[in-house]
Amino acid sequence: MASSGLELLWVSAPQLAQGIGRTLGISLLAIAFSSVGGVIYGVLRNLGVRWIDGVLLVYLELFRAIPVLVWLYLFFFGLPIFLGWSIPGFWCAVLVLSLWGASETGEVVRGALRSIPRGQREAGLAIGLGPLQLYGRVLLPQALRRMTPPLINVFTRLIKTSSLAVLIGVVDVIKIGQQIIERTYESVLIYGFLFVFFFLACYPLSAASRVLERRWNHS
Amino acid sequence: MSPLIELTRFSKNFGSVPVLQDVDLSVREGEVVVILGPSGCGKSTLLRCLNGLELGHAGQYCFAGQNLPANTDWRQVRQQIGMVFQSYHLFPHMTVLENILLGPLSVQKRTRVDAQQQAETLLSRVGLLDKRDTYPRELSGGQQQRIAIVRALCMNPRVMLFDEVTAALDPEMVKEVLEVILDLARSGMTLLIVTHEMAFARAVADRILFMDGGRIAEQSDPESFFSAPQTARAQQFLEKFSYVENMPKRKAS
Amino acid sequence: MAFDVEFVVSTLPAFVSAVGVTLQVGFIAIGTSLCVALINAAITAFSVPILRPLVRVYVELARNTPLLIQLFFIYFALPTLGIRISGFASAIIAMTFMGGAYLTEILRAGIDAVPKSQIESGLSIGLSRWQLLRHVILPQAGILSLPALFANFIFLLKETTVVSAVAVPEILYTTKSYIALYYKTYEMLAVMTGLCVLLFVPLSLLLRLIERRLQHGQFGS
Repeated sequence: MASSGLELLWVSAPQLAQGIGRTLGISLLAIAFSSVGGVIYGVLRNLGVRWIDGVLLVYLELFRAIPVLVWLYLFFFGLPIFLGWSIPGFWCAVLVLSLWGASETGEVVRGALRSIPRGQREAGLAIGLGPLQLYGRVLLPQALRRMTPPLINVFTRLIKTSSLAVLIGVVDVIKIGQQIIERTYESVLIYGFLFVFFFLACYPLSAASRVLERRWNHS
Repeated sequence: MSPLIELTRFSKNFGSVPVLQDVDLSVREGEVVVILGPSGCGKSTLLRCLNGLELGHAGQYCFAGQNLPANTDWRQVRQQIGMVFQSYHLFPHMTVLENILLGPLSVQKRTRVDAQQQAETLLSRVGLLDKRDTYPRELSGGQQQRIAIVRALCMNPRVMLFDEVTAALDPEMVKEVLEVILDLARSGMTLLIVTHEMAFARAVADRILFMDGGRIAEQSDPESFFSAPQTARAQQFLEKFSYVENMPKRKAS
Repeated sequence: MAFDVEFVVSTLPAFVSAVGVTLQVGFIAIGTSLCVALINAAITAFSVPILRPLVRVYVELARNTPLLIQLFFIYFALPTLGIRISGFASAIIAMTFMGGAYLTEILRAGIDAVPKSQIESGLSIGLSRWQLLRHVILPQAGILSLPALFANFIFLLKETTVVSAVAVPEILYTTKSYIALYYKTYEMLAVMTGLCVLLFVPLSLLLRLIERRLQHGQFGS
């Protein structure tokens, strides 16, 4: 029984690989866009301009109040109606995950900048550093270390949430797995494989984050 | 000789609360001025106004003959005024040497050879040359504070400001830091020191400034101030300190 | 764009019951997850051999895999092994599996955050380890973890939308069904969005309130 299972996986490898490519594609694109968007969000909110802060806050709360799956449906079914745009599921997923990821990443960046003791800024100013040097040599390096563990957490959540793309019809690794099950009825094997796949995609990241946290602990 | 630091009717408010009121202060080069006073009297704020971390709203501040209004380019001024903080605020992600060299290399654009030589000389002077490649978190509070002093000194300032630099230290580490400051005073550096260490104030100061409610209530030389304070507030203040030193015994011997 | 109000009104009973299902699944999952987390906390606190490392394995497995896969495994894969579970039950089990792991981690952080001095004080007045856990550690850990726990409760409520994938008639599934049946996409999406905002924004505000209250009540540690 075991050998036929592995054999099946081996035979289906090309299709599964395609599906994995889709799933990881969504995740990696979302991670990339979220990072950029998040830094912009974090810095903008730190500036303290009232109306910018208000707009970004509404954006954050909307993405926190409405579950990601609902957003996926809103974009996938709603955009064609509202704007006449018909976006393929893959890009819908990338868009939604990027917007959601950017808000979460942004909060991490903002929190990290705020958590640096005020004295660091003053000590930097007291030796005559200008704003660029202050951020570049003193504040951002410290913020980066504080950001990394929660940031990795956001990224693993992005990877896990990319699984929802199958529900708006994207032919990702889950869909391919389900197609294989339809032919072969090996649901335990395939869903087991999918379970292991996502675990292997996420666990190294969270383990690495813990190691980094311990090494960079400076308080 | 004109004074190095001159404040004329200098005032500062936090919102509507006056923190410094009509402060007149004149400090000559080479003088050691110790500022004493109850908490909230404005002594830390006064120091922080001298290097632009806080800004006054009225009055004049002249440094080395130059008038410094609120919109001065403080970066230039800060290279000539060194400040050491109560919580040292060393940069945790840099080694001791990197902490010290950041200013000289990035701000003053000195050569690495020249700056490092001075850094190492100063480090040996405070007895911490062997710690140059360690990170701040591996050092004790007293060691970190001495490094913070070196970091400020390496910019070759004309004045050093000390803001309650021993208040956060364990008692047994206070001595090593005070010794460094005494050494600086002996070498003729201009110092402005805010502290609660009365015996130290008495030993190191050329002049004592007593502040209360944002004003300078009394100014005199240390001997006069400690033995015969003029104002009632200064007397009350000193009494609180002598209470601990002269506590009556619990049991009759 | 026309908005068919009459149609929306006619669907309201279904949506009310959908909200009921969402709350049902959500609250049951919260309850069971909390039980799992408390058991795991006790296992960890008492360093029970064999079980303690198993708890860590469980937490890592459940936190590093998506709810959807956990759900599909229980609902689609188990029947081939002879275990047939309804959509509703699968949803509860999967959400407990995931939620239990998240809450376990939160409680663990909360317990670690209780100052050692508290444990020492408790031991020096003669409390047993069980009494210590019950009267000293858990209450304080509970308060310290409250914001994170509440945030996770909201998260679990939101994740109920995922169980629409196994035909549990909560908000999203109801919306999908009506869209498929009547093609009133615009109206149904509006209702769904409105319900989510009504349900989750107040909860989010409540969370901020809790966070702020607890910050002010903290004695310096």
